[in-house]
Amino acid sequence: MNALLITVVSPLAGALILPSLRRLSWAGWLNVLVSTITLAASLNLAVTVADHGVVANSLFRVDAFNVYLLVLTAFVGVTTSIFSRPYMRHVCDSGRVSQRGMRLYHAMFQAFMFTMFLALSTDNLGVLWVSVEGATLATVLLVSLYRTPEAIEAAWKYFILCGVGIALALFGTVLLYFAAQHVISDPEAGLSWSALYSVAPQLQPAIMSLAFVFLLVGYGTKVGLVPMHQWLPDAHSEGPTPMSAVLSGLLLNVALYAVVRLKMLVDGSLSATDSPHTAGYLLMGFGLVSFLVAGLFLHRQRDIKRMFSYSSIEHMGLMTFAFGLGGPLATFGALLHMLVHSLTKSAIFVTVGHAAHIAGTQSIDHIRGLIRTQPAVGWGLLLGVAAIAGFPPFGVFTSEFLLLTATMQSQPWFTVALLTGLAVAFAGLFRHLHPMVYGPVPEGQQPVSANMLPVIVHLGLVLWLGLSIPGFLSRWLDRATELITGAHLL
Amino acid sequence: MSLEQLPMLQQLMLVLAAMVLFTSFVLLEQARLLAAIHAFAWQGVLVALVTAIVASSSEHLHLFFSAALTLGLKALLIPWMLHRLVRRLELDRHREPLRRPALVIMAALALVIFSYWAVVPVVQQELLFTRNIVAVSLAVVLIGLLMMVIRTQAVAQVLGFMSMENGLFLAAVSATGGMPLVVELGVAFDVLVAMVLFGVFFFQIRESIDSLDVDRMNRLTEHVEEKS
Repeated sequence: MNALLITVVSPLAGALILPSLRRLSWAGWLNVLVSTITLAASLNLAVTVADHGVVANSLFRVDAFNVYLLVLTAFVGVTTSIFSRPYMRHVCDSGRVSQRGMRLYHAMFQAFMFTMFLALSTDNLGVLWVSVEGATLATVLLVSLYRTPEAIEAAWKYFILCGVGIALALFGTVLLYFAAQHVISDPEAGLSWSALYSVAPQLQPAIMSLAFVFLLVGYGTKVGLVPMHQWLPDAHSEGPTPMSAVLSGLLLNVALYAVVRLKMLVDGSLSATDSPHTAGYLLMGFGLVSFLVAGLFLHRQRDIKRMFSYSSIEHMGLMTFAFGLGGPLATFGALLHMLVHSLTKSAIFVTVGHAAHIAGTQSIDHIRGLIRTQPAVGWGLLLGVAAIAGFPPFGVFTSEFLLLTATMQSQPWFTVALLTGLAVAFAGLFRHLHPMVYGPVPEGQQPVSANMLPVIVHLGLVLWLGLSIPGFLSRWLDRATELITGAHLL
Repeated sequence: MSLEQLPMLQQLMLVLAAMVLFTSFVLLEQARLLAAIHAFAWQGVLVALVTAIVASSSEHLHLFFSAALTLGLKALLIPWMLHRLVRRLELDRHREPLRRPALVIMAALALVIFSYWAVVPVVQQELLFTRNIVAVSLAVVLIGLLMMVIRTQAVAQVLGFMSMENGLFLAAVSATGGMPLVVELGVAFDVLVAMVLFGVFFFQIRESIDSLDVDRMNRLTEHVEEKS
């Protein structure tokens, strides 16, 4: 219990303390320290959950499913804070951000982490909504941190689109609560996920399916599902790079986590009706469309961060499709994919940040010859993209292989669409990557001081997961799979 | 069961809910920002009144607290903040009539009809009364959405956003007797923070494009066109 409290409260404390520090160098280190404390507490929590199964009280509930996401979130938080310390100093020294902007950055980084942990660990669907909305509020000022017209436009779009989307999710939550009131007498427990899950078969199917449509559109906006994805490339490309790394690696996961939890409730409610898989079909449809459309959009991009944010949409679409497919194999694959995608994508954004510093621009046409200018960054980008495109021996290959196998088992025709999508995305990524990494070196291009530690650690882990998934992790994911689908895989 | 046979309080609630919907239409049509802010404040008052009536007719005592919170936040604080911002941005005399008022009103009416259709499955076993209010609140949410789509002025978009929140709150109060207190407080906190951030953004946007007409922010879409 204490570990849970420390995990959730320490980022909040960090968000309150950090802006009061006047020395920026201290603030950077303190940011790392707070994130490390959070990671230690979340690991401790994971051990407790492994021993006891579930840690729960009236407001929180941590089980095998969300504890792995908690640890992942804390881990990416630490590596991103390590990367952001020198990176943001560089940005600050170059005069793009004021001292006040830096204090805002540190406070909002931790406030964002707080909302992520709260959303993941809470049992109350209302609090889940409040914290996902809180995540928008914490990051929207960071998207406009550079104060360029583009950044302000991106931030406004992000604010308005996510605000509207999340408002629809609140309507869905109200409908869910309405359905719960006929079954659960205690009004305070009406939004508790565990209480709802235990009575799911009695919830009225008609209301639950209507609620799910609103919830899916609402949280789906945050996942970045097409056609509600418009905010995502803008917000990712205009914000500071550490923010892109956590938005892509963490926020999208948390929104998808919310969708999966809600799908579990709806599946329970619809199990006795004629159409028990409605929620799954909806997810499959949205997921597949996002996957294919984002793959095509990869080809048209000119901004390197925009390109990788479309790649995030593509992968989120794939996971959504897999969760919609259901069944132990697909769910296990999707959980693994969440893990490896977060690790790889945040590593890529870190490398892209350095690449943009080297070239002095984010335009793909002007980033050239990275591998000769600075081999570490060039190779980091090359390996990162190879990993995200699904090359063996990286972990993304393993999870995509599992997903394809699962698709072949239950819906063989979709395999064609998936393979086409993977090929299109692969071509889109590599046609842009090749000149950036090899290409002729522009005159006067100098290496920058780069901190490649997060990239090495992340890609190392992804490689490890591709070669052999350690026993404890596969048992862990298997328990989460059992929780979601009701059946073991291993 | 016909509407006249409902208890007096429920009839009163229906009338108030209808008036909330009416203020949504007023909000949609207003050309002057200050008048729109006043319409929004009245909507907040009406929603708070509905909440107070639900509180007095049920055992949910914490609803009195939510009614006071709504009155304070939606009818006083947020309109006051918007009023101040509009004056500081010197937009008091800004007029922006709708381009095709007839079409917009027709669209809004269609949304109301759609809302009644959408909630049909919710209420087959329920009272007529709940169905009306859930439909009205969904209509308020959707009209707020419509307002955000057709208005290009940032302050008017924020008013649309806030009136969506009003619709959501009305749905929560009338259909379910209010969400648990912790959730309501969280939502109110989020709305307040959002309002403060909107204020910050008004100034950032004006600094960047010298106007609050967000349609003029089109640099990022240009990028895409350039690519095709």
